[in-house]
Amino acid sequence: MKKNLPRILMIIAVLGLGTLFLFPMWKITLIAPQYPKGVTMHIHINKLGGETPAVIQNINILNHYVGMKYIEEDSIPELKYFPYVVMAMMAMGLLMAAVDKPKLYLGWAILLSLLAMAGLYDFYLWEYDYGHSLSPTAPIKIPGASFQPPLFGSKQIISFTAISLPHIGGYFAGSSILLAGLAWWQKSKLDKNETTDSTSDNSHISSERLHTVA
Amino acid sequence: MKNHYLFQFIHFIMIATFGLLFLPSCGNQAGQTNTGGALGDDVASQVYVAPGEYDEFYAFMSGGFSGQIGVHGLPSGRLLKVIPVFSTDGEKGYGFSEETKPMLNTSHGFVPWDDAHHPELSQTNGETDGRWIFINGNNTPRIARIDLSVFETVEIIEIPNSGGNHSSPFTTENTEYVVAGTRFGVPYPQKDVAINTYAENFKGMLTYVKVEEDGAMDVAFQILLPAFDYDLAHSGKGNSHGWTFFTTYNTEEKSTLLEVAASQNDKDFIAAVNWKKAEEYIAQGKYQEVPAKYAHNVYDEKTHMATSTMKDKVKVLIPSECPGLVYFLPTPKSPHGVDVDPTGEYIVGNGKLSADLTVHSFTKMKAAIDNQSFETEIAGVPVLKFEEVVAGSVKDAGLGPLHTEFDDKGNAYTSFFITSEVVKWKVGTWEVLDKASTFYSVGHIMIPGGDSKKPQGKYLVALNKITKDRYLPTGPELCHSAQLYDISGDKMKLLLDFPTAGEPHYAQGISADRIVPNVKKFYPIEENEHPYRALGEKDARVERNGNEVHVYMTTIRSHFAPDNIEGIKVGDKVYFHVTNLEQDWDVPHGFAVMGANNAELLIMGGQTETFLWEPKSVGVIPFYCTDFCSALHQEMQGYIRVSPRSSNIALKWGLGEEEVVQ
Repeated sequence: MKKNLPRILMIIAVLGLGTLFLFPMWKITLIAPQYPKGVTMHIHINKLGGETPAVIQNINILNHYVGMKYIEEDSIPELKYFPYVVMAMMAMGLLMAAVDKPKLYLGWAILLSLLAMAGLYDFYLWEYDYGHSLSPTAPIKIPGASFQPPLFGSKQIISFTAISLPHIGGYFAGSSILLAGLAWWQKSKLDKNETTDSTSDNSHISSERLHTVA
Repeated sequence: MKNHYLFQFIHFIMIATFGLLFLPSCGNQAGQTNTGGALGDDVASQVYVAPGEYDEFYAFMSGGFSGQIGVHGLPSGRLLKVIPVFSTDGEKGYGFSEETKPMLNTSHGFVPWDDAHHPELSQTNGETDGRWIFINGNNTPRIARIDLSVFETVEIIEIPNSGGNHSSPFTTENTEYVVAGTRFGVPYPQKDVAINTYAENFKGMLTYVKVEEDGAMDVAFQILLPAFDYDLAHSGKGNSHGWTFFTTYNTEEKSTLLEVAASQNDKDFIAAVNWKKAEEYIAQGKYQEVPAKYAHNVYDEKTHMATSTMKDKVKVLIPSECPGLVYFLPTPKSPHGVDVDPTGEYIVGNGKLSADLTVHSFTKMKAAIDNQSFETEIAGVPVLKFEEVVAGSVKDAGLGPLHTEFDDKGNAYTSFFITSEVVKWKVGTWEVLDKASTFYSVGHIMIPGGDSKKPQGKYLVALNKITKDRYLPTGPELCHSAQLYDISGDKMKLLLDFPTAGEPHYAQGISADRIVPNVKKFYPIEENEHPYRALGEKDARVERNGNEVHVYMTTIRSHFAPDNIEGIKVGDKVYFHVTNLEQDWDVPHGFAVMGANNAELLIMGGQTETFLWEPKSVGVIPFYCTDFCSALHQEMQGYIRVSPRSSNIALKWGLGEEEVVQ
């Protein structure tokens, strides 16, 4: 059991990443006087959504007053290829669990961290684009105002409080990095013990064998 | 002697002086009892619902001669919505849009008004369930069903062979049926006869309307009775489930000066109808199928359209051919309301020209029927003996008892019109417990669930007929007044006056939590099956078919698509089919055209509604959104160019820079 712990951790890490296909990874909530309970938009690995099916339409209606671009799934190519990246990472993770080498676990964790950071940077770029590429014919123009939502946490955007936080899928995917790190640590520890143990064990076995042969 | 007088005089002066000293304080005390005392008891906080908080109960008040239903919150009394039912409502386009016009169709054609008296919530196991509320149209006999997930009228059925649908709708314990008893005897079948042949040619019909699981109504059967005036009704519950009780007056069967002529008999009747027996007779085929013309109007939530179907026959049961179907219970002095207590045992006849209330016992009634102990028989209906069915009477409680409701502690509350009060009495002992004045002349009263098996006896609402000086004056016509009483203690306590829409007759109350979870916020656009829907701006277009023009229009904050239309000609019939693309709560859009002989449309999210406009002269006509929808609401407008009949201007429409030419 203990011997298989790193593998199990790695498989859990892969499953954690898989939740990205089940739950949204990020959410942005807009709270305004007319929306006391907020409008919450969900960002999935492969689509956009919300607490109710019409959230994207409602956010676009709000955004159009200040000339922000329409948020449309078709205009965001990442939603098409990110799922493949995640699937590749899942396959790679399973492969690494099969090979069961500490360095591979570490490598996977680092690669996933880098991808997560790249993803967040990409998210920031989109937010910047939505917040700054405003239509010159916007009905409401507010000089100097930025409509860029926060990357993480809360921010006041004119009459709205925008709150940007990871969602279920995001938390699971984040813990996948930790789990893979844990797998690396456990595997390294096991290997270390095994090297010390195996020297004595081997001598024991070999002497036994010698005895049998004798 | 002289001294004696002087002594008396001084004594008098002293008393008078003391009296004067006392009087102001007496006055203050009295004042405190009336107003300050109320604050002392914290009455204000009992009806105060803080901003943003919800009321505990919904109250559905009939609109009377407004034909509508007023929805209030209790205990605040705040008006939440007026639901259009039997009368056109320009505010909502009800009866004006092409989709809702069929709702008001009858065998007499389009009837734009009615007199709506008795709302009745649907019940399951004798408890209000919050699915629907029914209400009767009194003038042109009809029953409407309102769906409480959307607070809209979704069905209206006309009642044939009837003349004034007053004793209606009063549901059975599981909403198997709603009933309709005619208030006016009418010739059966309708024909040209001398009015003074009333007793000979006129009849009174009781109607049972079946309510299906999904709410759909249909006239199941009618029962042909003498031409009494069938005044009110209530169905039995518990042991008496399967029976309905109808009060009657004018058992004298007169047709003129009824205020005297119909008040002569010492006792009129409560008609007890065994509707389970009626079902058996129908199953056995013991009915006459007679021609009858009546409209059945149904609003479909998917197509957002009403359709009106004319029915042509009805099943009629004749009591003389159906023994055990109907019995008459003699009840003193023109009984008005008939109310069944929560156990189903007691049937209260509110003899409106009497000082007493007569209470019949269902058990005694059954025993009298089993013993065949009849006084006489009228038109095949056995008349039971008064003393064999009466359980007791509430003596000298007031004058002019009209209606009784019940609480959950075994008490009954009766309104007395003439003495203008509500009287609380004990069911079973008939003892008067308390009296409370009403301002003025109370008609119906309402306790949430007060005519069901499970009353919620916290509040009582008095629905008064006369208002006089209760509010700031508004000329000769005044609002009608409702009053809220706390009935949770031994004594009734007046908490609040509040005005109502139209004239409230009966009302119904229900815990908000039985309705709120099912309330819809908008119509899902993907479920819209309107034949002229436009599910996105890409579907917006204009089509001509002869002189009929169909505009497939959409609305979304903050524009119409299309908003510029040319090629319309004088004499065209232009149908604007406006789909509101919004999928958010509380974002209706309105639509109105200058000079149109029509009301506005008020279109909810996901809905399609149609506006008919027949331009009569050339010009460029503006249209706009009438419901302040957004920061750019004032910009939500457009133009239609109207050209002469002979012109060759092509049909053309557009939005922004994109213009499409057909």
